[in-house]
Amino acid sequence: MFRKDIIENQNEGKKEMTIYYSEDHEWIEVEGKSGTVGITDYAQNALGDIVFVELPEVGEDYAKGDEVAVVESVKAASEIYCPVGGEITAVNEELEDNAALVNTSPDADGWFFKIEIADESELESLMDAAGYKEFIAGLE
Amino acid sequence: MSVENNSSLLKTPLYSLHEDLGGKMVPFAGYLMPVQYPLGVMGEHNHTREKAGLFDVSHMGQVVIKGDGADKWLETLVPGNIIDLKTNRIRYTMFTDENGGILDDLMITKRENDIFMVVNAACKEQDIAHMRANLPAHLELIELNDRALVALQGPMAAAVMSRFAAGADQMDFMSYAEVSICGADCFISRCGYTGEDGHEISIPADKAIEVCKTLLAEPEVEAIGLGARDSLRLEAGLCLYGHDITTDTTPIEGSLDWSIGPRRRAEGGFPGAERILSQLNNGDASKLRVGILPSGRAPAREGTEILDTHDNVIGIVTSGGFGPTFGGPIAMGYVKAEYAKTGTDIFLAVRKKKLEAKVADMPFVPQRYYRKPK
Repeated sequence: MFRKDIIENQNEGKKEMTIYYSEDHEWIEVEGKSGTVGITDYAQNALGDIVFVELPEVGEDYAKGDEVAVVESVKAASEIYCPVGGEITAVNEELEDNAALVNTSPDADGWFFKIEIADESELESLMDAAGYKEFIAGLE
Repeated sequence: MSVENNSSLLKTPLYSLHEDLGGKMVPFAGYLMPVQYPLGVMGEHNHTREKAGLFDVSHMGQVVIKGDGADKWLETLVPGNIIDLKTNRIRYTMFTDENGGILDDLMITKRENDIFMVVNAACKEQDIAHMRANLPAHLELIELNDRALVALQGPMAAAVMSRFAAGADQMDFMSYAEVSICGADCFISRCGYTGEDGHEISIPADKAIEVCKTLLAEPEVEAIGLGARDSLRLEAGLCLYGHDITTDTTPIEGSLDWSIGPRRRAEGGFPGAERILSQLNNGDASKLRVGILPSGRAPAREGTEILDTHDNVIGIVTSGGFGPTFGGPIAMGYVKAEYAKTGTDIFLAVRKKKLEAKVADMPFVPQRYYRKPK
């Protein structure tokens, strides 16, 4: 599944992918019914040095807003919420040995999991890049 | 990331320096304290282990007891041997209650003409009230509210100190001296809370920023926040009051037997002595503080239940996290005495999982205190 995604991405590089953001600082990159989820640069910066990520298991179902993963920094544990409901189709196994990828590459190599989106209308409540930028500006 | 109302919080004399250094200020024990600086918890932790870190611990209480027999009187409140403490030597001990529970842990220094002590920030009001309630008329208790307290810690800390206080690097571990730094009368104590060599420095409040800026200007020194202070002390196996030791734990349950010397064991005469000495002599403490090493990568935080193979709860984690120098998750907590032997297999209920762990010796990272050659 994971490999197929890569091939598709390579072949269909021009196909438009949309990234949405949640108020809990997750991003989801959507291509068709598949979404790739991670946390934003703002979130990794606020959490500090990440030492462990507990990921969901492939095949598990989550509803929008469910606690789906846990990020541990030196000092504290923080929950990650599912930005949309669906079934987990892949997890980033690189994070098991190198959780710091979330700090160094939050929006690319530090992705958490892929999800088969159950109800695409749930994306409508999320923000686009401009909306998220405005949202975090309001938190400063 | 909620914005809290910080107006009722106290500030240390170094507050403006923390802001200038980019410290992330958080409420802690009634004070606004830097949890980290731009270097980050991990970077600050590693810097302290490799070079030297400067910590603001001015929120802690500094108290002097004056008068003849102050040492003898203090022994009615603590199980440590204070009478036989030599001048300019420091002892770690604790205030105990009638049940042998720990009210606070503290450092007591016998100075030439009085006793100087440092107590925890969150307990200082209660400690001072406790002492005043028991203070004989001929003794005087003075709160040093006009002094800041900082700690300079790390393998290069003593070399840095000796540039400003000649001979500071030759002081023995747990010894005290009075020196002048930047023209300020400072008390320096060769101790700390990181497992590293170094000094704690008591500075007149109005000179604190100048002294700290002078130390920070040295190439080895970085400012370190409370986040790294916690991971450093956990690796060193040191207790955090209110978490690893409380009124529900005795010094024996807290594995602090070493802090009670032979004379006090023989004579007693401190609050809770009956229970504490029974636990010491009969080995009848029902729970003990131990080090815990999770087998995997997941940290077990404070409050995590400790289980046996049959899922029975046998204890609780009181401090837990990730040890940057150790390179993995570490914890300490209390287990039933029969599970306290090093190497015992235990399990940690972390979220919905049951993680394997072992009881382990502490410290997790070797302590590097300076011992003066005989």
